[in-house]
Amino acid sequence: MKGRVEIGDTSVPHLPRHVKFRFDETRKQWLLLAPERVLMPDEIAVEILKLCDGQASVSAIADGLAAKFSAPRDVVGRDVTAMLQDLADKGFMEA
Amino acid sequence: MNAPASIPSPPFALLAELTHRCPLQCPYCSNPLELERAAAELDTATWRTVLEEAARMGVLQVHFSGGEPTARKDLEELVACAAKVGLYSNLITSGVLLDKPRLARLVDAGLDHVQLSFQDVEAANADRIGGYAGGHAKKLAVGRIVRELGLPLTLNAVVHRQNLHNLRAFIDLAVELDARRLEVAHVQYYGWALKNRAALMPTRAELERATATVEAARERLKGVLTIDYVVPDYYARQPKACMGGWGRQFLNISPAGKVLPCHAAESIEGLEFERVGGRPLAAIWRDSRAFEMFRGTDWMPELCRSCERREVDWGGCRCQAFAITGNAAATDPACGLSADHAALVEIASRESSATPPGFIYRRIGGG
Repeated sequence: MKGRVEIGDTSVPHLPRHVKFRFDETRKQWLLLAPERVLMPDEIAVEILKLCDGQASVSAIADGLAAKFSAPRDVVGRDVTAMLQDLADKGFMEA
Repeated sequence: MNAPASIPSPPFALLAELTHRCPLQCPYCSNPLELERAAAELDTATWRTVLEEAARMGVLQVHFSGGEPTARKDLEELVACAAKVGLYSNLITSGVLLDKPRLARLVDAGLDHVQLSFQDVEAANADRIGGYAGGHAKKLAVGRIVRELGLPLTLNAVVHRQNLHNLRAFIDLAVELDARRLEVAHVQYYGWALKNRAALMPTRAELERATATVEAARERLKGVLTIDYVVPDYYARQPKACMGGWGRQFLNISPAGKVLPCHAAESIEGLEFERVGGRPLAAIWRDSRAFEMFRGTDWMPELCRSCERREVDWGGCRCQAFAITGNAAATDPACGLSADHAALVEIASRESSATPPGFIYRRIGGG
C-alpha cells in the first residue's frame, strides 16, 4: 500500500499511466479519463494539466501561469496546489 | 427540459455484456432471470463493429462485463479493438477464470483497468454466497497479479445481510491488495436479487452501522483509497440518479445484442429493444422508442416533473418503479414522496428482521 501523495511547491506532478488527458473531438472539450470516471476539467484546470509533464515542479507551473495570465502569484500557487491535491486524492495524479 | 425533438448528448460509456455465462451463481446477480445461452451471443466481428461505432458516436469508456467476460475467448481481441479505436477499457470480472498469462495478454492488448468482485472476506462464506468452491482464494491471487502487472485495481464488494458484518475487513482487504478504489454496493433489488430479497436485506440499524464504517474509512484513508458507496433504495429518502438518468450517459448491450438503457431494463415488461446489426448504434441511442420512453423529464408524473430534483435524480429508477408498482412510469418508490414508499420501507423492515431463507442461486434455466 502507498500513502497519500502530498502536493507541495517542489512536487513534480504527472498523470499515472491509467489516467488519460485528451481532447474529445465529439464534445470539443478536454477530458480526463480514469477508471470508471470521466472528468471534464474547466479552462484553468486544462491549463494546469497541460503543464504536468513530469518535468515541471508545482512552483514552476504556478510561475508560468501567473505570468501568462498576469495573475497574483500567491493566488495562482494556492489554486494549482489545491487542484493537483484534489486529483491526487482521487488517485488521478502522481508526484 | 428535454424537448422530444432535441438530439441527446452522446453516452459516456458502453456496458458490453459479452456473455451471461459465469462460473459463479451469486443470488443477487444483475443479469436478467432469463439468461442468454452461449449460442445466442454476438460473434467477435459484431462486437468489433459495436466498439467502432461506439467510439465514433462519442462513447469514451467501455466496460467489459457479463456474466463473466473472461469466459469469452476473444476478450483479448475485443480489448485490442477498444484500444485501437480509443476507448478506455475496464474489465469487470469475478477473476476466477483468470491467470497470470491471460492477464498479461490483456495488458498487452491495452486493458486500462480491472474491477474485481469479492463476495465476502471469509473464504467459506464468500464461496457459499458465490456458489463456487475455491473462488475466494483465486480472487485474492488475481488481485495481486493485477497490481504486479501495473494495472489499477478496483475492488467491488456487493454487501447485504449475510456479509455486511465484515465491511471493515472488506476495506482492509482493498488496502492490502493495493486497490485504489473500492465500490461498496448494497444489493439493488431487481431480477435475481428481487427473488432473494429476504435473504439479502439488511436491517436499518445494520445499514446505519455500515454507512458510519464507510464514512470513517473515507476520512482515515483519504488519498489512499476512494470508496464509492451505493445505499439500498429501500431505506433511502431520495432516489438515486439511476444510470445518471435514462438514456443520458450509458448504453448497455446484452450478450445477444439488445441495446438497452440499463442492464436491468429487460425486466420492464412491454418495452422492446432494438438490436445491433439493424440500425446504426447512434440512431438507436438517438431515437429508439425504448430510449425515448423515459429520457429527460417529459415522461414524468406531475409529482416528479414539478420537483426541484427532477434533473438531479432524473426520476430515479424505472426498473424499480416497475418491480414494485407494476408501472414503469410511476414515481420511484425509493422516493420519500412516493405513495408506495411506506410499503417499500415496510417490506425492508419485515424481511430483514425475519430469519433469512436459503438462497435461490443464479443458474441458466433456473429462474
